Amino acid sequence: MKVKNKEPLLSLENLTVAFGGLVAVSDFSLQLFSGDLVGLIGPNGAGKTTVFNLITGQYRPTKGRVIFQGKDITGFSPDLVTTVGIARTFQNIRLFGNLTVLENVLVSFHVRLQSSFLAPMFSLPSYWREEKAIRREAYDLLEAVGLADVTKEEAQSLPYGEQRRLEIARALATHPSLLLLDEPAAGMNPQETRELMEFIKKMRDDFNLTIFLIEHDMKVVMGICERIAVMDFGMKIAEGTPEEIRNNPRVIEAYLGVED
Amino acid sequence: MGREEKRDLALTLILFAVLMLGVSLAERYLNTYLIRILNTACIYVVAAVAYNLINGITGQFSLGPNGFMAIGGYTVAILMLPLVQKEQVYFLQPLIWPFNSFSFPSHLFLLALFLGGVAAALAALLIGIPTLRLRGDYLAIATFGFGEIINVLANNFIPLTNGALGIKGIPEYTNLWWTVNWAFWSVFMIKGLVNSSFGRALKAIRENEVAAEAMGVNLFRHKLLSFVLSGFFAGVAGGLFVTLISTVSPSLFTFTMTFNLLIIIVLGGLGSITGSVVTAFIFAFLQEILREVEAPITIGAWTFPGIPGMRMVVFSVLLVVMMIFYRRGLFGDKEISWQLIIDRIKGRNESEK
Ligand SMILES: Nc1ncnc2c1ncn2[C@@H]1O[C@H](COP(=O)(O)OP(=O)(O)OP(=O)(O)O)[C@@H](O)[C@H]1O
Ligand SMILES: [Mg+2]
Repeated sequence: MKVKNKEPLLSLENLTVAFGGLVAVSDFSLQLFSGDLVGLIGPNGAGKTTVFNLITGQYRPTKGRVIFQGKDITGFSPDLVTTVGIARTFQNIRLFGNLTVLENVLVSFHVRLQSSFLAPMFSLPSYWREEKAIRREAYDLLEAVGLADVTKEEAQSLPYGEQRRLEIARALATHPSLLLLDEPAAGMNPQETRELMEFIKKMRDDFNLTIFLIEHDMKVVMGICERIAVMDFGMKIAEGTPEEIRNNPRVIEAYLGVED
Repeated sequence: MGREEKRDLALTLILFAVLMLGVSLAERYLNTYLIRILNTACIYVVAAVAYNLINGITGQFSLGPNGFMAIGGYTVAILMLPLVQKEQVYFLQPLIWPFNSFSFPSHLFLLALFLGGVAAALAALLIGIPTLRLRGDYLAIATFGFGEIINVLANNFIPLTNGALGIKGIPEYTNLWWTVNWAFWSVFMIKGLVNSSFGRALKAIRENEVAAEAMGVNLFRHKLLSFVLSGFFAGVAGGLFVTLISTVSPSLFTFTMTFNLLIIIVLGGLGSITGSVVTAFIFAFLQEILREVEAPITIGAWTFPGIPGMRMVVFSVLLVVMMIFYRRGLFGDKEISWQLIIDRIKGRNESEK
């Protein structure tokens, strides 16, 4: 456990949202501290992705608050949430398919661009200086995630594993302090999954990140997360270290029949 | 600016010089018929490239360019029409103040075109603010309605537009110098935008709105930027058009105009600015060539009467065939770049060796 008197980076307070009659997330509370690598697990349809969508402003909670770095960001639009320092990847990959790998990453730099739209229209040198600087940074980032060889490829032409990695690179390019990863290992074989988890750990250390990670295979998450929250039917049913989670009877019950 | 960008800029400026030389030769040696087609082609370039910015690059389906062109066209016509002419033209009802009290001299033509663009851009702002906040195809519906409303206004707001009779005797300021310059600089500016960080943001919106927003792109502001810029250039194109043919009337900017532009950008490739340039020229020439199919045709002893509107049928069939067999148009979403041209030339030389 972290030192209790430290201020949390992200604090979710009683988040609740319903779609029609279905309560997808109910009274969900959790705290993340700087440098954490926390896992969120639960069976299909438990409400994990919805929690991410509530944090990033995709959905507005019917009840509860999202506090980030001491600031209430509940109801912020997704682009605003990104600018305060929360980035995400998507469970079903959402790359800009027809754009190149480099361009995919460059899009994330746009929000910090200083130039007005008139500068590139008139081909002003001030714009080209800025473009040059962000290109260099984008290349460095692609180097760091091991995609330097494919910068000119169309994103949709990449193999699946590289697409996942590009999604992470693109999220990192927004300069987040908190990174939300929604099933980054989905569709990967055990070997690829292990490599990805190592990669995620390294990213956290290299970029000083806090990581919140959804995974529905319990075993994967046990390996790298220091703390795990478990959801079932929209509610948090357990939270603790991998050891505690493994032996929690409610968790075992929730996963009965779902475990492969 | 990197080395490649400097080279491209230099080549672009050389192209400009060559074009200007070409214009001076064309003005001297080409017949008026050909010059007229070239003028029309260049105006189509301005309008089509602007239209592609919102439809092809940003992926927001607008049906409004005829409305924006009408606003630009009427603005320029009213500003440039000489005072004597204003009294003659508006004989049903006099032109309203302040337009009845002044007229731009010829050296303010550029300013008039600019104001025509600004008027159209303001209209785009007005439509864009309520509709671009919503997800879904509201823009298509709203812009279609807008085009129709502008047409009704042009027919019925007689003290400003002179109704169905339109405005005649607009000084013919537009010539190849004007049209080629506007075509060139419109493409220069819009391509500059499209190749920049702003262009990437617009394309990201087209590719995946949810992801674009999650990467920090403000959807509303960027769609609005694209839409308003598109309106501006459409307005300028309208202004050029009315000072080319020296008249404006409601029938000039009906939905047919939007349909023509849609054909141009789809055939050139949605999202390819340079593709639209190529197809704008092809379209302008085809339109002239296909005039034949609307004229009476005599084969032996039989004479078939001309069928007005036949050209549109041909274009529609062309569009359908293209959609079925070649959906991405001539260029897809790719641009003709200097790099591509250089690679081609090099490739050819190497294969000859
Ligand atoms: N926009 C929506 N409208 C209606 N229902 C929704 C919406 N989003 C999610 N739901 C429902 O909310 C519940 C939780 O969905 P969610 O995607 O959060 O589950 P999950 O834990 O991520 O599941 P999985 O492991 O399959 O990804 C599901 O029953 C889902 O159908
Ligand atoms: Mg999910």
